[in-house]
Amino acid sequence: MAVVETRELRKVFSDTPAVDGIDLRTEEGEYLVLLGPSGCGKTTLLRMIAGLERPTAGQVLIGGEVVNDLPPRARRIAMVFQSYALYPHKTVRANIAFPLAARGVPKEEREEKIRWASALLEIEPLLGQKPRQLSGGERQRVALARALVRDPQVFLLDEPLSNLDAKLRALAREELKEFQRRVGTTTVYVTHDQVEAMGLGDRIAVLNKGKVQQLGTPWEIYHHPATTFVATFVGSPPMNLIERGDYVLGFRPEHFLPEDQVAERGGRMLLDLRVERVEYLGSDRFVYGTIPGVSGHDKVIARLPFTVTAKIDEGVVNRFAVASANLHHYSKDTGRRIESQPLAGAGREFRRPESPPSAQSAQPAGSAEPAGSTQPAGSVEPGSAAAPEAAGAASTPWESGT
Amino acid sequence: MTATQTREVLADTTPQRRSRYLLDREGVLGPLLLLPAVIYLLALVGLPLVTAILYSFTDITTGRPVLHYVGLDTFRAVVADPVFRTALRNTIVFTVISQVLVVVLATILAFALRADFRGKWIARFLILLPWATPIALGTIAWLWMLDSLFSPIDWVLAHIGLLPPDGHMYWLGKPDLAMASIIGVQVWRMLPLATVILLAGMTSIPQEVKEAAEIDGAGFWRRLFGIEIPLLLPITSVAVLFGVVFTFTDMTVVYVLTGGGPQNATQVLASWAFYQGINGGSLGQGAAVAVFMFPVLVGLAALILRLASRVEVS
Repeated sequence: MAVVETRELRKVFSDTPAVDGIDLRTEEGEYLVLLGPSGCGKTTLLRMIAGLERPTAGQVLIGGEVVNDLPPRARRIAMVFQSYALYPHKTVRANIAFPLAARGVPKEEREEKIRWASALLEIEPLLGQKPRQLSGGERQRVALARALVRDPQVFLLDEPLSNLDAKLRALAREELKEFQRRVGTTTVYVTHDQVEAMGLGDRIAVLNKGKVQQLGTPWEIYHHPATTFVATFVGSPPMNLIERGDYVLGFRPEHFLPEDQVAERGGRMLLDLRVERVEYLGSDRFVYGTIPGVSGHDKVIARLPFTVTAKIDEGVVNRFAVASANLHHYSKDTGRRIESQPLAGAGREFRRPESPPSAQSAQPAGSAEPAGSTQPAGSVEPGSAAAPEAAGAASTPWESGT
Repeated sequence: MTATQTREVLADTTPQRRSRYLLDREGVLGPLLLLPAVIYLLALVGLPLVTAILYSFTDITTGRPVLHYVGLDTFRAVVADPVFRTALRNTIVFTVISQVLVVVLATILAFALRADFRGKWIARFLILLPWATPIALGTIAWLWMLDSLFSPIDWVLAHIGLLPPDGHMYWLGKPDLAMASIIGVQVWRMLPLATVILLAGMTSIPQEVKEAAEIDGAGFWRRLFGIEIPLLLPITSVAVLFGVVFTFTDMTVVYVLTGGGPQNATQVLASWAFYQGINGGSLGQGAAVAVFMFPVLVGLAALILRLASRVEVS
């Protein structure tokens, strides 16, 4: 077991940075997921950790030791590839034995290891078979067994579930998590699938364009997305983003509910939703529509659980609401989160910034609303402390009751 | 729908209209496109093959071009001929040794050419050159290289002290050396094709499998002999099949370099069939020698194709 660390890691492929200065550090025995769209650099990052790709700049550390100049086999890592990369001409037994033979492990010990790994992954009946005779799930387990027998310090997994069908994937995800818990080895897992990332990761690093957008627990990633990218990449359907002056307002579809479903206590924002389409998905109803925005109309989605039985008709304007606590504020320029702070005291003075607030400034969110902007988008009901401070000051959409 | 439109739609189904789309049908277009190739094969491969088989059961000669059936007499006469047996042995030696060398060298070359290095383009070009050269031309060049008096190889050997000054190897004059020379030239000729086939085969090995071996701790030799060469086997067997068929039936190198000599020591089946049938005029005997190769080649091809399908890469 060891800690994997990258320092200012960069990889440039013919002038295009694939990985653009990444600093990451796993905890001991942690399950760290690298999540991002294709082309975000997550696989390149993993390959640099594995030693299959040389960094253009920066360092990779495994167990506190800089391994930049070590070949893959000297790094004591194990990797499971997207295709599993089993040796097609070898039996399952020979596949698992290969890394042991390469290390010169004596025969009895090899047999012992194979027995142990195949028992752990329940693949004993398959030992005599060739990879092409196995199903996707079985191949994955063989690949894991092959990785496991090496006693690696770190597991690297590159989208190991993407070749499985949906049903098997859910099962395999569970098995992977369970497996990692049992062996307790530090694991770096690459995926573009947010469900996998949320389900598996102790922490998730969301990557885009070679940079880490956010590193945090699944809870943090979902409930406090650090950038508009994370907000829209994680969550299905994605977070609704609407422009309001210098900042962008975000709210998750499941928090965007008919007015009567959102308590007035704690403050809320009201929006007039013109419903365009309603999808019934059994447990949920997706309501697609538009709300009046800065330039024309913004498309938004509401996700109503089946417990909300209100009749929603297409082509009709409905009044929807979002609780203030569920509103996220982002800078329009940087896309970074602006932490909205609860109102400390009623008489507190606040500044209305002339310039757009930077990411670090912990301005009350509402204050970013420039005076004079006139969007009759919605209104905020009078609320308690959680109401954004903008409430009395900003013209619309905030309607002050205090 | 207006009346005019209706009439147009109806017109579309008339026989004349339908014949316009005849070529859209696979059942028509396919055979039509295949026809030229089929005619070519029948005229230039099928007809001579049938003629040869027919001739081999007769005692036809150029002087007496009558098909007189003699049963297996021609075959008996051919097999009884000591030159035929020499030719048969030579053909096998020639094929086996040259193909073993070709496979080994082509594997080494293919691995070397896969790597990135400066001048890789030139190296690839030079190695492919023998394949692009007309066989007869290349072999004539070798004829000069192996000349009994002016061989540059002898000159080099003399200069590095392996031969006395003005010493000569007489490459094509001594039976064993002549055979070795023929094998050498054949290897030179067949190597490019095998190398290209193997290079193409290498791209079929998934990158991830090679990387997995690297991560699994395998060094260069273990990756080479444990993973890459076994995975290349199906492709290698295809290269061998091509090589064997080409070599077994080839007479160009023998014909140009030694003409089967000295004293028929380098005669192979193909050249012997030619000398018997065309130069000697015994069409029947020449055909019998040629037909003798046919079942051998069919058997070889079947064997190698079966091997190739068994060692399958999934």
